[in-house]
Amino acid sequence: MKNTLRQRIGEQFSLITLLLWALRVGVFIVVLWGSINTLASGRYEASTWINLVIAGLAQGSIYALIALGYSLVYGILRFINFAHGEVFMAGAFTSVFVAEALERSGFFPKYPILTFAILLIVSMTSSTVVAVLLERIAYRPLRNAPRLVPLITAIGASFFLQYTFRGLYGSGFHTYPEFGQLWGVWNIAGMDIQIVQVFVFLASLLMMAGLYLIVERTKTGKAMRAVSEDKEIAALMGIDVNRVIVITFVIGGMLAGSAGVIRGMYQPQGIWFFMGFHPGLKAFTAAVLGGIGNIPGAMLGGLFLGVFETVGPTLILQGLGIPAANQLKDAIAIIMLVLVLIFRPQGILGEKLAEEKA
Amino acid sequence: MPLLETTQLTKDFGGLRAINSLGLHIDQGEIVSLIGPNGAGKTTFFNLITGLYPQNTGDIIFDGHNLKGMPPSSITKLGIARTFQTVRLFNNMTVLENVMVAQHSRTKSGVFGAILQTASFREEEEMIREKAKEVLSFFGSKLTGYRFDQPASMLSYANRRRLEIARAMATEAKLLLLDEPTAGMNPRETQDLAELIGKMRDEKGFTILFIEHDMRVVKGVSERVIVLDYGQLIAEGNYEHISQNDRVLEAYLGKKAENA
Amino acid sequence: MFNNVRLALKLGFYGGIIALFISVIGMVETFDQRNIINGVVSIGLGVLLINVLVIGYQTAARIGKGLVQPGENGKQTARARAIVIGNGSLAGAVVSSWLALLVLVESQINLRSVLINVSPELISLLTFGLETGAGALLLLFLGTLFGGLGAFTFSLPSRVRRPLVAGLMWLAFWGLLSGVIRTTLSEIGIPSVVAKLFVKIEGLTPLGAVIIFLLAIAINLGNQRWREPLIERITLLPPTRQRYFRFGTWALGIILLLALPWIVGRVTSDTLVLVGIYILMGFGLNIVVGKAGLLDLGYVAFFAVGAYSTAILTSADEISAIQISFWAALPIIVIITGIAGLLVGAPVLRMRGDYLAIVTLGFGEIARFIALSDWFKPWLGGAQGVINIPSVALGNFLIVGPQKLYYLILAFALFALFISRRLDKSRVGRAWEAMREDEDVAETMGVNTIYYKLLAFAMGAMIASLGGAVFAVKLSAIFPHSFNVEVSITALSLLIIGGIGSLPGVVVGAFALVGIPELLREFSEYRLLLYGAVLIIMMIVRPEGLVPSTRRARELHEDEAAQDDWLKSETERNIITPAEL
Ligand SMILES: Nc1ncnc2c1ncn2[C@@H]1O[C@H](COP(=O)(O)OP(=O)(O)OP(=O)(O)O)[C@@H](O)[C@H]1O
Ligand SMILES: [Mg+2]
Repeated sequence: MKNTLRQRIGEQFSLITLLLWALRVGVFIVVLWGSINTLASGRYEASTWINLVIAGLAQGSIYALIALGYSLVYGILRFINFAHGEVFMAGAFTSVFVAEALERSGFFPKYPILTFAILLIVSMTSSTVVAVLLERIAYRPLRNAPRLVPLITAIGASFFLQYTFRGLYGSGFHTYPEFGQLWGVWNIAGMDIQIVQVFVFLASLLMMAGLYLIVERTKTGKAMRAVSEDKEIAALMGIDVNRVIVITFVIGGMLAGSAGVIRGMYQPQGIWFFMGFHPGLKAFTAAVLGGIGNIPGAMLGGLFLGVFETVGPTLILQGLGIPAANQLKDAIAIIMLVLVLIFRPQGILGEKLAEEKA
Repeated sequence: MPLLETTQLTKDFGGLRAINSLGLHIDQGEIVSLIGPNGAGKTTFFNLITGLYPQNTGDIIFDGHNLKGMPPSSITKLGIARTFQTVRLFNNMTVLENVMVAQHSRTKSGVFGAILQTASFREEEEMIREKAKEVLSFFGSKLTGYRFDQPASMLSYANRRRLEIARAMATEAKLLLLDEPTAGMNPRETQDLAELIGKMRDEKGFTILFIEHDMRVVKGVSERVIVLDYGQLIAEGNYEHISQNDRVLEAYLGKKAENA
Repeated sequence: MFNNVRLALKLGFYGGIIALFISVIGMVETFDQRNIINGVVSIGLGVLLINVLVIGYQTAARIGKGLVQPGENGKQTARARAIVIGNGSLAGAVVSSWLALLVLVESQINLRSVLINVSPELISLLTFGLETGAGALLLLFLGTLFGGLGAFTFSLPSRVRRPLVAGLMWLAFWGLLSGVIRTTLSEIGIPSVVAKLFVKIEGLTPLGAVIIFLLAIAINLGNQRWREPLIERITLLPPTRQRYFRFGTWALGIILLLALPWIVGRVTSDTLVLVGIYILMGFGLNIVVGKAGLLDLGYVAFFAVGAYSTAILTSADEISAIQISFWAALPIIVIITGIAGLLVGAPVLRMRGDYLAIVTLGFGEIARFIALSDWFKPWLGGAQGVINIPSVALGNFLIVGPQKLYYLILAFALFALFISRRLDKSRVGRAWEAMREDEDVAETMGVNTIYYKLLAFAMGAMIASLGGAVFAVKLSAIFPHSFNVEVSITALSLLIIGGIGSLPGVVVGAFALVGIPELLREFSEYRLLLYGAVLIIMMIVRPEGLVPSTRRARELHEDEAAQDDWLKSETERNIITPAEL
């Protein structure tokens, strides 16, 4: 009996293929059924959906900024910098103190744009410092270790950083001051569009455009691409591989830092030491979704995840009659990660260099 | 009925057709060598037969079973075992354990037997151990005695190759696929191994298909030679026949000229 | 010469950063409530002190290596010793200068508005209550002194150095555990008037400290002198006598194991139960990570399923429709969790290692989201959890309280240990091991890797479910918040510090990473900081763990060269003291 069961489990890949198809169909039906139910109920108007999508894009552009850090590092080192969510947290958490101080001193209400610039600099600097220290202390000694060793280190680093910042700044929640100008609505074609969401989207786009220029146009970018193709050959060609790797972490850190401030303007509440964990996990999902190692992929993946996560609970879960569907927002993102990894591990745009099998 | 037969077998890697509509057969009790220039698709052919890669089209029939879609472990159970071009041992397991693992598909004790140490479990364990020792002793004293408990990674290169062959033999396969078994060995060791390949058929009854670049071994051991180029069968027959075939000479010389 | 100074400065610099770090994140102050030796040194200061001593020692160790060749005369040895100690003091001074800097800066700028732990208490601690300038100077002086002391310790011949270091380590260890000693003393019937002489709840008394220090030295010396002769004597005994001896050791061990909760008392037993749960989890996770090589970061999910199914099946709470006895429920709990293991295992079957790790982490989070959600509230109780979980009854005997619960977890842990051991040398164990080393090759050698991956997930899950069940019974109520990623990380960390694949390592790891922080309540805030540091440091320095299984050591130390270097430096280090040779 035992034996036949075992045989049956492994006899054919086709059984697994069958299961996978069943899963595929199941997911499809659930999504479809939920969506149809919700739409048929007519509870929401078209403008609600559009607003949700815009909110999703804003949220997603923050994910995209963080996801880029995962992808950049993966592209070059072929390893998942699990602590990248904490790099993001470091920036947001550090800059919130400056923001609070500037507000108390009355500087902020007078010069909001200057304040934004200062916060951006502070946040980007802190994130970058953390990212570079991580690379130098935790990852560099392990550059040639088996793949799981640096991953475990990264997980350790993630918790180490969380609790370091808890020790430094305390365990309380902090709140960004509100940029009043951003909190209005624009009425376009009869729809209310929140200015802050547009701002978040545009600001992120600007950062990403900057990154794109660096990678595509500068000599550093060329070196980065060379190292990501083949470290040894790049070194032979006279490229300082260590320097390129550090630069990669710097860029990833700067993007994460900017995401920190942007997050603070968009969702001022809940700035604390644990704030990087879930965004980190989601940004990783976004990076995988777009094809890890793939830069445009990370951007698209972030935006897609943001929209999916904002629209999904309302659209799909409510239709299935699940109460308080928004509680499951985070779970949806993770399920999405699992599904992507099962069905299309190379992501939407294709992973940079699929797994090299030994 | 041949032991192994492929028909119209094709495998693509992206745009590259590594195996192209290949049809060939291996009969019970034969020693066949598979030759061809670098990149001809020999290793890929092994990977297809053992189920590590799925084929694009075509069929592989082994002992009356169509192997299409079967996982490698089931194929091993049916009776095909192999070695790898780049030796792939379980480096941190001992020599003996490497061979013991290979009997996995011939034994059946599971979790409960192991936990309860049932009589049948202990018997089987003893049997596995004895069998492993017996297989290793096929290579004389090179892999026996104190070597049993050495980690595989500590062996010399030639011994690692031998251990890999022993591991394949221990699966109690009908057909052994050896991927360049003599690569990296010195002439003396090559000669010894060539003799052993003959003995493996004569004494142990294995059917053997092996990839080989050393023409002396091919000539000395194999009864039939199959030549691949660009994933296609370009010639087959005995060594004398092959060595005079124009397409074969062209394939080899052509490649040589390219390489030069 | 110049190189030596540079080295001292460098090590001092790093040591200083560490000192600053532990001060600024609040550890020093938090640990000031407790003392290693009452009225002499608190744990907080002790940590700083050890840091300086180690830096001094390390400086000496690196400089001392090769400074004096064997056979040289005593004068040169004295000179070498002076150099070593001088540089050690320098390093110590650099370390303390960082703290002095902190004190000076704080006196000018109010750091506390951002760095909340730079409190007046911390500053007064660092300055020993003196005013800024004098305090900073004293700090520098002490740093220099203890750096020099560390270096001096190194320069001693090893037969002096070893007992000394052992004594200090014992002192630190028992100082940390003074609360436990105290309860143990009263538990075994020593009147508190007497016990108070040696140890108080908040630390050892100076008298107690001296006794422990001397005891450690005596044991160490005794060990050096008599250990080998004793072992030799035993091996020379006739076989029957040897058997008695072995039997005696075993019996002693078992008696100790059984008497443990009554020796250490109720409060500490509570910790023991928790440690036991994590030992169990460690054994389970070891099957998944250590044997099968699947890095599962969502292990908490199975712990949670075990706890929740226990709660729902046995609780008298209104949300659980059924109420059956713990023993009747146990097989169901195990099976349910085993199925959960398969459900988590199936989707990740063909994922590669790093993706598998993160996806399982995600599954762990999903388990918590589900437990928290309103959707499942009617069945799982939402954020309020499930309460009223009854105690386990064994016939008419109720297993109530940590001291009795200890036996339950002990039985489960021994059971898991037994299973793990038995599987090691079996067809199943070999299949896992082969799969861990090379999945493709294992598959071509006939190992059905899909089956064995699922088997590992299911078995790991089942073992975790036992832990979950005990956890639920222990608290008699469960809440989703207990099942967060920390549990997975704890289990992974203890596995890694002990050495992946090593069962004794799991026990050591659980005591070190769960037991000690649990006994030192103040520590709980810094637990995850510690785990994070453990994971990083172990991976970089000693991936095979503290109590490695030989095989894993081989696997993870592919570059033997590094180890050889370490060995060499270990032998060279002793060259400074020709007396030893
Ligand atoms: N996994 C793979 N992905 C892509 N291309 C592959 C893969 N494996 C083999 N190839 C390609 O298929 C062709 C055949 O390779 P194969 O290894 O079978 O050659 P071979 O005859 O064994 O050569 P050699 O004598 O060098 O071992 C080569 O061009 C190789 O680059
Ligand atoms: Mg080949």
